[in-house]
Amino acid sequence: MSTPAEAPVVIVGGAMGGLRAAEALRRAGYTGGVKVVGQELHAPYNRPPLSKDVLSTVVTHEAVAFPERAATADVDWVRGVSATDADLEARTVTTDDGEVHPWKALVIATGLRARRLALPELPGRQAIRTLDDAIALRAQLTDVARIVVLGSGFLGCEVAATARKLGCDVTIVSPSDLPIVRPLGRLVAGEIQRRHEAKGVRFRLGRTVEHLDGEDRLTAVALDDGERIEADVLVEAIGSDCNSEWLAGTPLDLTDGIRADAAMRAVSTDGMAHDDVYVVGDIARFPNLMFDDVPRRVEHWNIPTDTGKRAGAVLASWLANDGSFADAVAQPFTPMPSFWSNQFELALQAYGLPSLADEDGIRLLDGELSGDAIVGYYRGDRLVGVVGLGMKAALLPYRATIAG
Amino acid sequence: MSLCQNYGQCVFEAPRIFHLNDDDKLEHLAEANDDERDQVESAVDVCPMQAIRIVD
Repeated sequence: MSTPAEAPVVIVGGAMGGLRAAEALRRAGYTGGVKVVGQELHAPYNRPPLSKDVLSTVVTHEAVAFPERAATADVDWVRGVSATDADLEARTVTTDDGEVHPWKALVIATGLRARRLALPELPGRQAIRTLDDAIALRAQLTDVARIVVLGSGFLGCEVAATARKLGCDVTIVSPSDLPIVRPLGRLVAGEIQRRHEAKGVRFRLGRTVEHLDGEDRLTAVALDDGERIEADVLVEAIGSDCNSEWLAGTPLDLTDGIRADAAMRAVSTDGMAHDDVYVVGDIARFPNLMFDDVPRRVEHWNIPTDTGKRAGAVLASWLANDGSFADAVAQPFTPMPSFWSNQFELALQAYGLPSLADEDGIRLLDGELSGDAIVGYYRGDRLVGVVGLGMKAALLPYRATIAG
Repeated sequence: MSLCQNYGQCVFEAPRIFHLNDDDKLEHLAEANDDERDQVESAVDVCPMQAIRIVD
């Protein structure tokens, strides 16, 4: 076993956030060892197409893989293993194949996993989080298929739209009273429901799935009000859980993900930030001073890249041990949350955190909701988020206002 | 797949190279200079469709 001085930086999590952290270490001049330990068998790939193009056309891993960069060619990738334990004193991570990986710095990028219904396994039940999930679902989306999507967030609505475009019979079942209501508010959520219904998607809102019919394969789902919907496929898009259990033996604050400071250093329950442990991606609960100092987890596409770059740069400075670390930590870090969604002809684009808006702080700023529109989200007088239905160029000045 | 969907994220990273016009269409305005390499690398990273490739 190597001594800690020779140990590499170990990045746990082999998806986008881990990749961006490794690249940022190299960009900042760190030339020592980097090992990435991850559950995925595939090299890091882009997830947004999983609910769209991957479901409607034949797409390979190659088509969605992130480009490999020369600077990270010497990174040691260990795929198909999951971390089971970490020791922040001894500076080790243990994986489920029994290996112990010593590190001189640790980057936590284990992300989220799809939450599943607590019901018996049955062919026809599908999650959609990984490329393999999407490929398995695609094979079942024939034009005679009857699909029930449980969950009406972005993912559920995108899968529903894609399946409907392929000719499937689609019903969205959701405990919410409107689709995508938490991130977008009632005004836009109502319009999204209207557009889905106009395309023939049915909604069963305020409902959940209680029971599944079928012996060898799903034949129907039973809702909590007794309704029975014949179905060949049930897509479970009911949110995600944080892959943080492997850190249970550490002093880190594991409340809703893993707490980090604005330098992306992991924070213990006593409030101490670890200079040698970093958190990146949608598992990180960190403050964004663009809005306030409240640590939040943000599940937007840009977050693994922004936090990975930030963590890599700060960590490289700590590893360089050249007196630059305090300055690196003190650099402002205010990434602009950005998200997108394509559902039928709707191209929705958003900046900021619309979910922070006051209940009466959501206003139509431009256009018409039934067509192209811009909706503003205010907390007090301050614009904290903006959503465009189309109108991408017209949205840009509002982005600048949010940035302040 | 991997075709530009006019999200415009690259515009913030490399404003001399990319532009979102009034018709919501992304335009490639210019070839990057050597000293704009980092900007274009960032533009590659932030493209939701991963539609940007650097050709040396």
